[in-house]
Amino acid sequence: MSKIVKLKKGFDLKLVGKAPLEFLQVAAATTFAIKPSDFPGIQRPKVLVNEGDTVKAGTPILMDKAMDQVIYASPVSGEIVEIKRGDKRKLLEIKILADATVTHEKSGALDLGQDRATLAGKLAASGVWPNVIQRPFGIVANPADNPKAIFVSGFDTHPLAPEVPFLLQGEERYFQAGIDALAKLTTGKVHLNVDGSKSVPAIFSGIKNAQINQFSGPHPAGNVGTQIHHLDPINKGDVAWTVSPFGVAQIGKFVLEGIYDASKVVVLTGSELTQKGYVKTYTGANVSTFIGDSGQAENLRIIAGNILTGEKIESQGYLGFYHNQVTVIPEGKYEEFLGWLKPSATKLSFHKAIGMFSFLKSGEFKVDTNTHGEERPFVVTGVFEKVMPMDILPTYLFKAIVTEDFDEMEELGLYEVIEEDVALCEFVDPSKNELQELVRHGIELLMYN
Amino acid sequence: MKLLQNLFDGMKPNFEKGGKWEKFHTLYEGHRTIAFAPDLVTKSKGAQIKDATDLKRVMITVVIAMIPALLFGILNIGHQHFIATGGEGTFLDKAIFGALTVLPTLIVSYAVGLATEFTFCVIRNHPISEGYLVTGMLIALVMPPFIPLWQVALATVFAVVIGKEVFGGTGMNILNVAMTARAFLYFAYPAQISGDLVWTYLGDKTAVDGFSGATALAVAYNSSIDGTPVVEALSTHNAALGADFSFMSMFMGWIPGSIGETSTLMALIGAVILVATGVASWKIIVGGFSGAYAMGLVMNALQVNEFMAMPAHYHLVMGGLAFGVVFMATDPVSAAQTELGKWIYGILIGVLTVIIRVTNPAYPEGIMLAVLFMNVVAPLIDHYVVKANKTRRLQRATV
Repeated sequence: MSKIVKLKKGFDLKLVGKAPLEFLQVAAATTFAIKPSDFPGIQRPKVLVNEGDTVKAGTPILMDKAMDQVIYASPVSGEIVEIKRGDKRKLLEIKILADATVTHEKSGALDLGQDRATLAGKLAASGVWPNVIQRPFGIVANPADNPKAIFVSGFDTHPLAPEVPFLLQGEERYFQAGIDALAKLTTGKVHLNVDGSKSVPAIFSGIKNAQINQFSGPHPAGNVGTQIHHLDPINKGDVAWTVSPFGVAQIGKFVLEGIYDASKVVVLTGSELTQKGYVKTYTGANVSTFIGDSGQAENLRIIAGNILTGEKIESQGYLGFYHNQVTVIPEGKYEEFLGWLKPSATKLSFHKAIGMFSFLKSGEFKVDTNTHGEERPFVVTGVFEKVMPMDILPTYLFKAIVTEDFDEMEELGLYEVIEEDVALCEFVDPSKNELQELVRHGIELLMYN
Repeated sequence: MKLLQNLFDGMKPNFEKGGKWEKFHTLYEGHRTIAFAPDLVTKSKGAQIKDATDLKRVMITVVIAMIPALLFGILNIGHQHFIATGGEGTFLDKAIFGALTVLPTLIVSYAVGLATEFTFCVIRNHPISEGYLVTGMLIALVMPPFIPLWQVALATVFAVVIGKEVFGGTGMNILNVAMTARAFLYFAYPAQISGDLVWTYLGDKTAVDGFSGATALAVAYNSSIDGTPVVEALSTHNAALGADFSFMSMFMGWIPGSIGETSTLMALIGAVILVATGVASWKIIVGGFSGAYAMGLVMNALQVNEFMAMPAHYHLVMGGLAFGVVFMATDPVSAAQTELGKWIYGILIGVLTVIIRVTNPAYPEGIMLAVLFMNVVAPLIDHYVVKANKTRRLQRATV
């Protein structure tokens, strides 16, 4: 039975810099990188290649010694040009210089009639597996687990996010094959959640082997964590998996054609980009050719991912494994005379405190990275609750993590959230606390103790 | 503005590590961030942008919401003075008299409170928090029109240190800081903050014949002793001087009382500002008024004495109920923090206020103790609301 869920809580950030639905002609990225830091659960990363090795797309280049059946594969064919390490030889990134035409490791089509374990093992060894994320904790799933359900969010409500159907053009066949494969991996259901405020896009409408649910409301309605909470919430001991629509199609391509195809569509957004739109590239692409002149400009923040959950990168930096968005906005390193008192209708705020008139403005807001204030203890109450469409008490959960109270963390719902689920709380918090970092800290406490 | 920025930049080296005033770094930062919103940017991971509202703006919203009460309080003190002394005063006379009476209290409250706060910030190397912006104003507004300034100073130090800093500063306190200051004075120096003589400031003049300085609550309480209906007692009180305690004059606030508490109307204007800006919980405010009204009706039903028989809606405009419910009870740190908890907390404050007023002769004003008591109980209320949430979460596991 498909479910229709209408959410009221949340907040849509309407920002300047949306990309039109068209492909841009930009020079292709030539270097790509895999970063262990993209995978929060990775414990003991081990590099499987040396500098100077040539690899194909799908060649294993990284693994986690703590979960050795899953490999992390090269997105392109080419040469390993650098294995970058930091302090104490911590592995930072593995850079690959791509060939002009990408060649793939081939293993032949996957027979979905095999048993669960074999199927999971083959997917784990193919390079597509890191698309499968485990809840709780938001880490790469363990192929040996039997999840109670698998969730796919078919739309993205993050600020300036890409249109999912546009990303998957021409991938319809693969998407269905991916869903079929996922359906084999769980004894429960595969949930495909679509935007209830629009008609179901063609790519999802005829899907078999999945239950289609409709979610509508402001962000975070498109977050898979929100959706799980309303469909089949996670309690202590439960394991569920989530996969992005791109991940589903990538799994499907491996099933049908036996290749790890890391080609993906990335959206270029943000007020400071002169050229906004979609580009075709591969996972882990260097962004320097995408952002054009913005790379040289001073005082810009280049973000891999979206503005709420993304990560600051250099103009020569790389997208992460899960990113399909680049956002460029101004840095906010300036002092503003009586900035805390000045009335303004152009500064984006969820609040209506004296002088904040942004709620009267209907258009798009231009934003920068200024924090608009210093960090403070929690004072204002009831705000997080307004942007959290789950039956969770965010303030109490955060305080439980701060005080490292394990029982409270479990009981108050840390199994149900990861960073992206509290990103809006972090944005609206007038006390400017780093709540995403806090939630990851709490998750690590639960995982490793 | 460049000039001011340069001034700060010039001083900066002294306050940095190794500078001669290194210890006072937090004071430097505190003042600079008041003049200029800081040039901090978001971290490299996580939300890359932050909401334009910060705690300073939230706090200043509360201060602005209290300004109507302050201005009216100033005018009313002048007004009460001229009634009591029988003189004729113009609007300006009253305002000036009131301002000269109130401003020293306000200045002492802010100066002493901020000095205490700064001292703690320096000792503990904490950033200066903006919580005292609100507390400083609140402390002044709950003082009687005239009170020895050293008492204001002492109460302020007590409230900031014992009420707040020992718990860890802003955001950590259990009791409302301003109410702590008032309660301290109430129990330590009752002569200056209770009785019939302190609510009207006579200055160097003497009261005219027949003037009584009793507050409306005291009049109501006395009427239950001598058996006159309360409404009659209130409307004849000082009537010869043209200053009765009719419902309307109590609603408007032309009655003796603490500086900012007399006018229900001004408190309601504050409430509108606080609720419209989303800074205070409307649940606590509505809960507080409804609780008091409901308890007033219960008292009516019992009718053991005349005070109990007083129409319930009179409770809402007497004493400091409106001020306390709007500005004190809604302090987010000491109030209940769950949404359901806010209802319970607000309603119980109203209920308790009326119970204390009507049944306890020692404390004619109930709101102070009601708020402090509920501050203490708020974590308990929240505990059960949170527990219900946990139970609900556990139960869905088996469904």
